[in-house]
Amino acid sequence: MSIWEYANPKRFMQTSSWALPWVTGLAAMVLVTGLTWGFFFTPDDYRQGSTVKIIYIHVPAAMMAINCWAMMLVASLIWLIRRHHVSVLAAKAAAPIGMTMTLIALFTGAIWGQPMWGTWWAWDPRLTSFLILFLFYLGYIALWEAVEDPDTAAELTSVLCLVGSVFAILSRYAVLFWNQGLHQGASLSLDREEHVADVFAYPLWLTIAGFVLFFVALVLFRTRTEIRARRLRALEARERMV
Amino acid sequence: MIALLLRDLRLATRAGGGFGLSLAFFLIVTVLVPFGVGPEGGTLALIAPGVLWVGALLACLLSLDRIFALDREDGSLDLLATAPLPLEGLAAIKALAHWLTTGLPLTLAAPVLAVLLNLPSEGFGPLTLSLLIGTPALSFIGAFGAALTVGLKRGGLLLSLLVLPLYIPTLIFGAETARRGAEGLATETPLLLLAGITLGAVAILPFAAAAAIRVNLR
Repeated sequence: MSIWEYANPKRFMQTSSWALPWVTGLAAMVLVTGLTWGFFFTPDDYRQGSTVKIIYIHVPAAMMAINCWAMMLVASLIWLIRRHHVSVLAAKAAAPIGMTMTLIALFTGAIWGQPMWGTWWAWDPRLTSFLILFLFYLGYIALWEAVEDPDTAAELTSVLCLVGSVFAILSRYAVLFWNQGLHQGASLSLDREEHVADVFAYPLWLTIAGFVLFFVALVLFRTRTEIRARRLRALEARERMV
Repeated sequence: MIALLLRDLRLATRAGGGFGLSLAFFLIVTVLVPFGVGPEGGTLALIAPGVLWVGALLACLLSLDRIFALDREDGSLDLLATAPLPLEGLAAIKALAHWLTTGLPLTLAAPVLAVLLNLPSEGFGPLTLSLLIGTPALSFIGAFGAALTVGLKRGGLLLSLLVLPLYIPTLIFGAETARRGAEGLATETPLLLLAGITLGAVAILPFAAAAAIRVNLR
């Protein structure tokens, strides 16, 4: 029993059809609990008032935006090295989710920034790198859409994902070099140097877990759709041959 | 390899090669900026390094789709792919030829255009130097983008969407060098980082471009 068995679309479909309802249910439960706890059962911050509660969407969405790209990178690598079709379809399925997460992070950030910093947008390193990340997602998705042959598209987007990752990291540091920021450092860290207070941190961890589960559920769901779409295409092609 | 380089240079410089096109585009962009932001010398001098860098970048982008697309259309790309020269070498030579016909002329034109934008005199050296060091990265990154989109019918627009985000680090360090130079500050740090990006791009991206061409020719 190894993870590589799931490279077989049939095995993947079997396991994921079993796992999908569980993951979805768990994601819904954790998200609802975390968000309810965060929104209604935590005190207002003494300086930020109730706007602090936007953290329960902003931080998990931002984390998922980056982690989603990392997941796409790993999936692309697996495709390039071991030629597993499910893996590249998962990367394809994840891209729009990551893009949406980036957008959510940017928008909630703007809504939060307006009362706190007095501005919707600043060319702060973190904000700018997220905008750049958004552009990378756009390019990746556009390339998938533009290439007709699915195998060629898989190959090209995987190469783009690899090169894009290098340049995304480069951009991150270039942007740090370019401008000093308004945005605070990490909100959560294990060594507790800088940290949000525990009252806020516990529901935050919960919402992060919820977002991760939600992401997994969405990726499973969308990958299943992609596999079915591919089967459909194969069937149509066979029909035309006859 | 040298024969291929000469062939590309000849193709680019002779009629229909679009050699002067990117230079003309660079000139026009630079002329348009004062119309957009007003003719005050102080403002122009302030934004001159950035405008020249962005202008050079866009002018470079304009000719990217010619790198592989023309050879693909007349079939010579297939011939080149079966030639003894490895595709990686082909990609590197193509990018080099693109730089010689685009990046280098842009670099040489930049000081002249900088006069139009009232760039302070101490900024000319760093601007030219940063373009000289930075534009090879633009050509090599662009060759990778062109290789990705070579099989597509309307690849031009997609190409800019793919390539422009990859240009960001180069632009930041290049424009920063030119800006610091214009303000009379030390330019070593961004210049070295820019050189690092260029060397990295030259070393790695021909391989990525070759991989993309191989897929597109399959």
